[in-house]
Amino acid sequence: MTTVVEAPAAAVGSRVVMIGLVGGAVAVFVSANGMVEAFSERELLDGLTLGAVLLLSIPLLVGYVAGRRQPELEGFATRPPGWRNPATGLLAGFISGVTIGAFVLLIATVDLRGVLLNVTPELVRDDPRILTFGLEPGAGAGLLVGLFAVLGGLAGAIQVLPDLWRRAVLAAVGWVLAFGLMQAVVSQVLRGLQQQLRIWTEPLADFLYDTSGALSIAGITVVAVLGFCLQLLGSRKPRALVNARLERLTDRSRRIVRVAVLAAALLLLGLLPQVLGSFLSEVLNIAGIFLLMALGLNIVVGFAGLLDLGYVAFFAVGAYTTALLTSPQSSLGVGWIFWLAVPFVVLAAAVAGLLVGTPVLRMRGDYLAIVTLGFGEIARLLFLSDWLKPTFGGAQGIIQVGDITVGPVGVRTPQAFFYVIFVFVLLAAYATYALQDSRIGRAWMAMREDESVAEAMGVDIVTAKLSAFIVGAVLAGFGGALFATKIGSVFPHSFNVIVSITVLVVIIVGGMASVPGVVLGTMVLVGLPELLREFEEYRFLIYGALLIFMMLRRPEGFIPSKRRAEELHEEEIAQDEWLKTQDTGSRPEPGSRPEPGSRPEPS
Amino acid sequence: MALLEIRGLTKDFGGVRAVDGLDLDAAEGEIVSVIGPNGAGKTTLFNLVTGMTRPDRGEIVFDGHGIVGLRPSQIIELGIARTFQNVRLFPEMSVRENVMVARHCRTRSGMLKAVLRPPSFRREEAETREAAERALAFFGARLVGWRFDTPARSLSYANRRRLEIARALASGPKLLLLDEPTAGMNPHETGELIGLIRRIRDEIDVTIVLIEHDMRLVKGVSERVVVLDYGQMIAEGRYDEVASNERVIEAYLGRKASPA
Repeated sequence: MTTVVEAPAAAVGSRVVMIGLVGGAVAVFVSANGMVEAFSERELLDGLTLGAVLLLSIPLLVGYVAGRRQPELEGFATRPPGWRNPATGLLAGFISGVTIGAFVLLIATVDLRGVLLNVTPELVRDDPRILTFGLEPGAGAGLLVGLFAVLGGLAGAIQVLPDLWRRAVLAAVGWVLAFGLMQAVVSQVLRGLQQQLRIWTEPLADFLYDTSGALSIAGITVVAVLGFCLQLLGSRKPRALVNARLERLTDRSRRIVRVAVLAAALLLLGLLPQVLGSFLSEVLNIAGIFLLMALGLNIVVGFAGLLDLGYVAFFAVGAYTTALLTSPQSSLGVGWIFWLAVPFVVLAAAVAGLLVGTPVLRMRGDYLAIVTLGFGEIARLLFLSDWLKPTFGGAQGIIQVGDITVGPVGVRTPQAFFYVIFVFVLLAAYATYALQDSRIGRAWMAMREDESVAEAMGVDIVTAKLSAFIVGAVLAGFGGALFATKIGSVFPHSFNVIVSITVLVVIIVGGMASVPGVVLGTMVLVGLPELLREFEEYRFLIYGALLIFMMLRRPEGFIPSKRRAEELHEEEIAQDEWLKTQDTGSRPEPGSRPEPGSRPEPS
Repeated sequence: MALLEIRGLTKDFGGVRAVDGLDLDAAEGEIVSVIGPNGAGKTTLFNLVTGMTRPDRGEIVFDGHGIVGLRPSQIIELGIARTFQNVRLFPEMSVRENVMVARHCRTRSGMLKAVLRPPSFRREEAETREAAERALAFFGARLVGWRFDTPARSLSYANRRRLEIARALASGPKLLLLDEPTAGMNPHETGELIGLIRRIRDEIDVTIVLIEHDMRLVKGVSERVVVLDYGQMIAEGRYDEVASNERVIEAYLGRKASPA
């Protein structure tokens, strides 16, 4: 019989108080920096503004975290979930509520605008009294305390549910929020589907959203039920069945399945811009250009381990080369077509990669980062300078960059442009995979892990470093070329250090050295902000919070590259299992994984 | 002519003379142990031979080439591979990839081939893979099969040492430098390694120079023992000759107190 070892009451208490206070601080912070007010312009769910949702999600999160069950430790019985979970959630929510309530009373009595510019009278004193939902400050503060405590308790109560159901509830909440936030996308897709494929989907959009664009009550119900059920269905078991079925297929039919999946995905992506319409295609195009850069930087940072903070320089070189060669207004004035300029973009970017790479050959880590940061700024200042104004146009930049043409047809609409970007991204992704699994890719990775050992093992560090810089530069150059022709003009101020930082953050958050991770990172960090215009002002605040969260909780990124995620103990068992199959003579080909079902339980 | 000839090799680190006018030969097919107290300059000697540090004075001739001033990647291409005292693998790469990296100097495909994947690239890639798996198979069932695809960091300590030797072997060396190959191994594993080192010499025809503190291994494998102290060679010969040499005992245990 194992004993129930409980955390001492004082420790549990102080943890809950801590979480409650943190939640309260966050609530005060988002109210004081104007987020709640800015977001209250938009109605998200029936009757609830985005600002209110933001504010009320805080007690939910706080209660959920505070009510979390104790971690299971081997040898210790965990305390069965019970009244304690909602109670701790309630307490934490209450503490947060008291904090924000106190803040409400404070700003109702004292004018803080001298210090905090965004604490407007509309928050509490004058109508519409956003923070107190229209009530007088005193009653409003009371309401907030009550609401926060109840929501905290509710969120804590989720922890009582068995894992499967708890996940389903979370999924339902997530789906409702996603559908609410992505209203523009969802209704556009539904309308687009009707226009393109003549399927009856448009009324669905009117059903889900009311006239103000908020998710209607009926919509909330449908979406929540949908998310709940899909999560239940999509849980581990059916997926394991599919995987097991795939494992049993022969190599040949597995390849056929893979090709079929790939073809279906390509077909869907081909239809995408037509369904999405021009605005959403435009968003995808911006994301695509960043994705191209991120794939390039992924080779430099993720594979070769060279922290390059001046990556925007290569983007600028690509853009200016294209502009010089295709614009009739530029100093060269040749006005070539886009495709003729592409080889020169490659050349110019490669030369730029060599120029940056050669002087930093002997630098590692932090020093390399600082020096490349400098190079990025130098590039921008050169394009801006009076000295090179006759060539690059200084602050006026270069206008009338040529369009992309396919045969006699010009690529002008965002939808058409999507295909061009898509082809470039596909090529870049293929090149990434191909290089990863090759002599030079292994050399890069060895260099990332330990430069001097890599050199002692025969890797020519000079070639490896320069080639990483060149490949990265060429991909960024393509990104720049597409950017220049998409915008139709280039200006030096488009190429500031923020671009480098954004691309780096995309890689870190998405997952170093992982192509799916980089794609997801770009969609979330570049695509979403374009869609959620409300967040524009707070973009870097959210980036910062996200980065801190990732570094604490998931430093390997959203979708880490496979080898980083692998567990240790599982493989010890697997090796024994493999040896056993060797003994019995049923010999799987080397490197193949043992059947998942046949793995013995560790005793 | 010996495979490796070192003449008057000297290296200073600030005021410390780590290697002091050292002369040392290793004949083809020999197993030589280098021993000496801590700080005698043994690892520095390996670093000098593999080009990881540059000597201040002296000559190193390997297989008829003077190798002083060459880069480490050029030296391994000539045929000197090494392991490290504090195992230095590529932890996030798989076991197989770790070994494949060592084939870098024997293969040629560049970036263009990697992207276009012509038949010559695929052939070379298959050969590299095969060579790596052969090198790993040298250690029995420990590093093969399922292990091929596990990251190097998940290996046990002894397996990491074995992987490091496999990596060095895969580069196709004529001379193998092993820096304390048994550090951290238990007596059973050490015994196994003695047999293995002999097999490497006999079966793949590699000359071996090793640094070791475990005298059981030194006694078990070496045909010649070289003793270093303060960067100088103080004794040379068979194990029992060296073990009874007064200067060696003095270097390890200190000078007898002089009767005052």
